[in-house]
Amino acid sequence: MTVTRIGEAVRRKEDHRFITGKGQYTDDIFRPRQAHAYFLRSPHAHARIRSIDTAEALAMPGVVAILTGKELAEDKLGDLICGWMIHDIHGQPMKMGSHPALAKEKVRYVGDHVAVVIAEQLDQAKDAAAAIAVDYDVLPAVAELAGATDSATLVHDEIPGNLAFEWHLGDAAATERAFAEARHVTTLEIVNNRLIPNAMEPRAAIGEYDSGNDAYTLWTTSQNPHVARLVLSAFVGIAPEHKLRVIAPDVGGGFGSKIFIYAEETVCAWASKRVGRPVKWTGDRSEAFLSDAHGRDHITTAELAMDERGKILGLRVKTRANMGAYLSTFASSIPTYLYAPLLSGQYDIPAIHAAVEAVYTTTAPVDAYRGAGRPEATFVIERLMEVAARELGVDPADFRKRNFVRKFPHQTPVIMAYDTGDYRASLDKAMKIADVKGFGRRRRHSARQGKLRGLGYSCYIEACGIAPSQAVGSLGAGVGLWESAEVRVNPTGNVEILTGSHSHGQGHETTFAQLVSDRLGIPIEQVTVVHGDTDKVQFGMGTYGSRSGAVGMSAIVKALDKVEAKAKKIASHLLEASVADIEFRDGQFTVAGTDRSIDFASVALNAYVAHKFPTSEIEPGLKEGAFYDPVNFTFPAGTHICEVEIDPETGKTTIASWTAVDDFGVVINPMIVEGQVHGGIAQGVGQALMEAASYDRDGQLVTGSFMDYAMPRAEDLPSFQMGFTQTRCPSNPLGIKGCGEAGAIAAPPAVINAITDALGTEAVPMPATPSTVWEVMRAFGPAARAAE
Amino acid sequence: MPIVTMTVNGRTASADIDPRTLLVQFLRENLMLTGTHVGCDTSQCGACTVHLDGDAVKSCTVLALQAEGCAVTTIEGLGAPGLLHPMQEAFREHHGLQCGFCTPGMIMAAVDIVHRHGNELSETLIRHELDGNICRCTGYHNIVKAVAEGARAMAPAMGAGGTGSTGLRTAAE
Repeated sequence: MTVTRIGEAVRRKEDHRFITGKGQYTDDIFRPRQAHAYFLRSPHAHARIRSIDTAEALAMPGVVAILTGKELAEDKLGDLICGWMIHDIHGQPMKMGSHPALAKEKVRYVGDHVAVVIAEQLDQAKDAAAAIAVDYDVLPAVAELAGATDSATLVHDEIPGNLAFEWHLGDAAATERAFAEARHVTTLEIVNNRLIPNAMEPRAAIGEYDSGNDAYTLWTTSQNPHVARLVLSAFVGIAPEHKLRVIAPDVGGGFGSKIFIYAEETVCAWASKRVGRPVKWTGDRSEAFLSDAHGRDHITTAELAMDERGKILGLRVKTRANMGAYLSTFASSIPTYLYAPLLSGQYDIPAIHAAVEAVYTTTAPVDAYRGAGRPEATFVIERLMEVAARELGVDPADFRKRNFVRKFPHQTPVIMAYDTGDYRASLDKAMKIADVKGFGRRRRHSARQGKLRGLGYSCYIEACGIAPSQAVGSLGAGVGLWESAEVRVNPTGNVEILTGSHSHGQGHETTFAQLVSDRLGIPIEQVTVVHGDTDKVQFGMGTYGSRSGAVGMSAIVKALDKVEAKAKKIASHLLEASVADIEFRDGQFTVAGTDRSIDFASVALNAYVAHKFPTSEIEPGLKEGAFYDPVNFTFPAGTHICEVEIDPETGKTTIASWTAVDDFGVVINPMIVEGQVHGGIAQGVGQALMEAASYDRDGQLVTGSFMDYAMPRAEDLPSFQMGFTQTRCPSNPLGIKGCGEAGAIAAPPAVINAITDALGTEAVPMPATPSTVWEVMRAFGPAARAAE
Repeated sequence: MPIVTMTVNGRTASADIDPRTLLVQFLRENLMLTGTHVGCDTSQCGACTVHLDGDAVKSCTVLALQAEGCAVTTIEGLGAPGLLHPMQEAFREHHGLQCGFCTPGMIMAAVDIVHRHGNELSETLIRHELDGNICRCTGYHNIVKAVAEGARAMAPAMGAGGTGSTGLRTAAE
């Protein structure tokens, strides 16, 4: 039994069930009388549905029901929605194409949902799906982002030019002036490659309708079950919130892809009433590739203007962002407010202008994937910084130092007010750990082996702790982004924390308990964290945007403040002292200046027994709740340094070393925080070296399995060298900034900066696969460094 | 439909199954041993790794009928009641897991690596041998540490319940 402190590498409480095979993920739940759902998906990227003939399939063994868009319309179910309203450059609302859970007139990407077959056994459902005859009028695909707005084919008939919106941020005129005054302009054309999140647990759902109570339960793989319930109630119209319980049990990774309200989960809930049985769907990996929301997919032109001394004057960015066939739940916010406000990076840039076109294509919807807009912004600015330094003949680290923001708070020209940071400190520390001084020696050593070596920096910043509700409301968010918590102290002194945050790998059951143990002075074993069930936790906004520490834990702190205040009142009666004289420390309530004290468990018991204080003044019990709304974003920042070695014979890039120095403010559990960074780096390295979702001209996904889409494996990565610097976040009670996305944000430009350094050419696209690197080397002449 | 019989975690298991039933389906749906997970449909991710007659196999690539008469060990059968296997303990100690979904397969694969390569494993060898197991959360850094430490802990001199040169193999299987 241990009292744990903030800052200790406490081993995870949740691990025992995972390492013994006792985790309970959605697919591990078997409901009595459950039937199995299988979705018939469009094999075409774009087609009009002339007819669907289900007669033969319905007669097949085990088939319980086959439902299509027709039945969805009969039950007057609403469309899936995008919850962030962007107003375009003309002040008009974005153009949102209709998004039914089962297709009505058209299918718009390969994998779009045509019908659901519900059968006794999954294999029976699959067999029957193959017997459904769909008559398609196949239309041309709009598979390529570059030409989508000029295409004669419209993804949504009512949306001209396939343009969801044109949007901009910043002062265009001031930016023009900065470029007019510039002595040097660095220009880059950037493609931020499309990614598929691939959490290891595929999405899954079980819908169950209880006719006795006219109520539904939906078990689902969600990062935010309350938001799912809200959308399914208020917009789709499955059932009112009090008649719909959403449970997200153990969830096997999310990375953003499990934020969204998808067709399959919606259909399972709805269909369970139609068929009068629990309906279970577990996606297979192929379905995940086809229908999970993808990430990134930008084409950008970026220009950086500098004066004669290498001081940045302005930044101009034009981005075309792929939205896919429909606007997913938060899709519109990603290439806008989660992107452009981060373009200032760690730098003092007087003028910035970003123009964004959000474009429909006949591909899977694109939405938040780890980092969500911030990796795209960081890639733009950190590639520009590296290339500009090289063009100016300045050391890339010195060039960054020259332009770092040094005074805080710092108002950027693109919304954000950076509250605190020390960018120089993390760069210096990273350079020391990475032994940048010794790089020349290592490069010569590589050259002697016939290899090319390069070093790349990435000095990233992100905006986390999402987000102050009024601020995001003014920018178009349909919800507030506070978090809730409830602290329930039981009569025997143990504690249950109910949180609206959801843990799907982040270790909340440990870190949140660690906080409570530290604060109340009770052993961590006596603290349980409850999350992921709308019947238990009253409301919550869920986990994404590195918000669970900065926002979710702040809500717990606020509730703990209330618990402590009430417990002090009770203690004052027990100790027969004035409440003002009661001090609470290390689990003991003490009368100041005396040795009279009582422990937390005794106060808890007395709170419930209620014999020794006037219940007319103090209510019995010890349970408090709180809603915490952040007052600002948080701004984690740091420097990652990547060193690569390239084999010029094969084009294969090896990550020779990786150094990460991050400023996350106060760190609750360094073991868990480092783990978050490791995983983020791996995803960022994946984007830079091997991952790319690829559609052919007909809109067929050609990277639809782990055989075709390269996931980073153990051999593709090194062990990482980690370090922290710390500036305390001033805007929340614990001083936390957030750490979940940093690695994925920092990593891609560090890798590409290192590869371009090794090759001596900037024309290296992502992913820099061996064949890509080999072709770049051929096109731009053999880099002679190996022979030097 | 045919009847299949095998020994799973030391107990005889028998069922009347559709011949196309995969071993992983048999384990999860017939025996409710849901610790073995399905993460893909192309035998790439390794989340379904179990031991079949002592060797690691991907149970999504084995028909249940092929395991007729065999001994199967799943994550639930590793270690002894109330006593974690050293590899399980190492994954917890070194934070070798986050969401936990790939973890059972990782641990089963790791124990198999020790069976084949002994108790002193280099980082290079571990990374190479984990080629068939994908983790999306950890970046492998801590998994590699956990496998190395778990391998050492499985050595007879150190393992609490060690039986034989590679630890708990005979005890568990």
